[in-house]
Amino acid sequence: MAKIELTRSLFVKNTLKSRYPQLAVFIVMLIVYIFAILAGLIGTPVGSHNFSIVFVWIAWWAILILIAVPFFGRGWCAVCPIPLPGEWLQRGAVLSPPDKRPKWLNLRVPKMFRNIWLQNISFLLLALFSSVLLTTPNITGIVLAAMLFAAIGLSTVFERRAFCRYLCPVGGFIGLYSQTAPIELRIKDKQVCVKCEGKPCYNGSQAGYGCPWDVFPGGLTKNTYCGLCMECIRTCPHDNIAVNLRPFSADLAKPSTRMDEAFKAFIMLGSAMIYASVLLGPWGTLKDAAYNVGSSAWFVYTFVFLTIIFGILPGFFTLGLLQTKDSTPLKQRFASLSTALIPLGLMFWVAFSLSFVLTNASYILAALSDPLGLGWNLFGTANAAWQPMLTSILAPAQTLALVGGLIWSARTAQKAANEVKVSSIPVIVYCFIVTSIMLWLLL
Amino acid sequence: MNPRFSLLLFVMTGLVVAFAPLPVPSLTPQARTFRIDARQYAYSPSELNVNPGDTVTIQLVSADVVHGLYVDGYDVSVEADPGQTATLTFVADKPGSFRFRCNVTCGAMHPFMIGRITVGTNNWLFRSIGLAALAVVSVVISIKPKA
Repeated sequence: MAKIELTRSLFVKNTLKSRYPQLAVFIVMLIVYIFAILAGLIGTPVGSHNFSIVFVWIAWWAILILIAVPFFGRGWCAVCPIPLPGEWLQRGAVLSPPDKRPKWLNLRVPKMFRNIWLQNISFLLLALFSSVLLTTPNITGIVLAAMLFAAIGLSTVFERRAFCRYLCPVGGFIGLYSQTAPIELRIKDKQVCVKCEGKPCYNGSQAGYGCPWDVFPGGLTKNTYCGLCMECIRTCPHDNIAVNLRPFSADLAKPSTRMDEAFKAFIMLGSAMIYASVLLGPWGTLKDAAYNVGSSAWFVYTFVFLTIIFGILPGFFTLGLLQTKDSTPLKQRFASLSTALIPLGLMFWVAFSLSFVLTNASYILAALSDPLGLGWNLFGTANAAWQPMLTSILAPAQTLALVGGLIWSARTAQKAANEVKVSSIPVIVYCFIVTSIMLWLLL
Repeated sequence: MNPRFSLLLFVMTGLVVAFAPLPVPSLTPQARTFRIDARQYAYSPSELNVNPGDTVTIQLVSADVVHGLYVDGYDVSVEADPGQTATLTFVADKPGSFRFRCNVTCGAMHPFMIGRITVGTNNWLFRSIGLAALAVVSVVISIKPKA
């Protein structure tokens, strides 16, 4: 399938170039985000009746993992409200053309942090506290507020969107999985960028800001670090930026060589399996251990969690790679072939989320009418009874997602293996084993 | 082999793996009673096994707050007050594995208070693993030897 340039449509291009549609969405998102913080802090402590829990961890999560990431990649980042206040403060403006004088410290992020290890750590921290975070409104409120203030703080110290690029726990995995999405922002003609003076897409101009994600669009080869903010479409003086529709997982044809990205794939794969065990499994002891943060059982849980993610999963993967004799360094084979785990990890999350979301979606109606749990009935749905949805199609849908993910990963493994000239069989067998475990956990 | 023919062959085999009827062992239905203790946020026992056709009676005993027990797929439920026993009876006429879960808000981890009842054999799990194996075989067979 060839690429289809969506920005050929004048309507699409003008909508993306104009700041007003995006600003309108941003403002709505920011209001909802701040309301979620307030609901978490002052609303009912009963999670299943509090807007912050129901809208963040059920409604938003469902939209993110079932629609936004698979089909729009970093589409969520394009409208995420978290960096907004910091960015406005950093620029000293909301919409007006940029002023070249930096408003704050405007430091460059130190080189040692210019990777996604901090995002890996921040995601793991949230994951280890997830049983409390997902169920306790005031903790959700505090974490949402902390993310907002961290983004503001980093914007005043560092240039561009340092929070989004290097710290956001959600942005890390969205970036990883955005490589599978059928949408991309790319340049049209490389030579135009080579000859372009001043590189306004990166450095900014009177037409707009330099790339907030610290990416030079002329060098973009994958979606991972492009936040789809559309700033480069506004600044490019040569109309050389396009948003394209493309085949799924086009970015995975060129496997990654970075260990931070490789471990992100293992973190996401392992977390989905652990979440399925803790949250959807019948094992009460495991739930107690995950929920009672600070107890000795929780420390054991933390140890097991980290051992699975940093020891067992990558360990067996490496053992598989050792079966293939090749001159390519093991580290390079590890990083390249872990690309195969990206589609599988995404589909693990889809399968897990289907169960979690369909079971709890009926809370959304009640929370809409009574978002703070104060006895309101705004839309007459406050007393809507809890009822699981579509339970009859849940298991087939999960099988479809997991087996589809396995096929997708096996194909990706073949391409990655061809790149480093090794056999893909050990990786395919590995994918089959972890898929079988996930099937057992979910079905 | 023609790639389209191979694809068709694997799809047909997949359909057989997914939907082919399996022999059902003829077991005389029994009446089975389980006492389940419920506490925040677990059931004990949390995993039940019965045969298709059995009449299942669950005596739900709550140890702390009000708890419920709703069986996915069967759409039946019961609620138990603290220290009280509530009884639910149903005929396990749908084979497979089903989650049962608390349907009365009982605290923070309430949405994840879950148990599992397996009626007969969880054939869908084995069919799914079979489909996964078939998928792997089809991809491996399609690998073109390096030139």
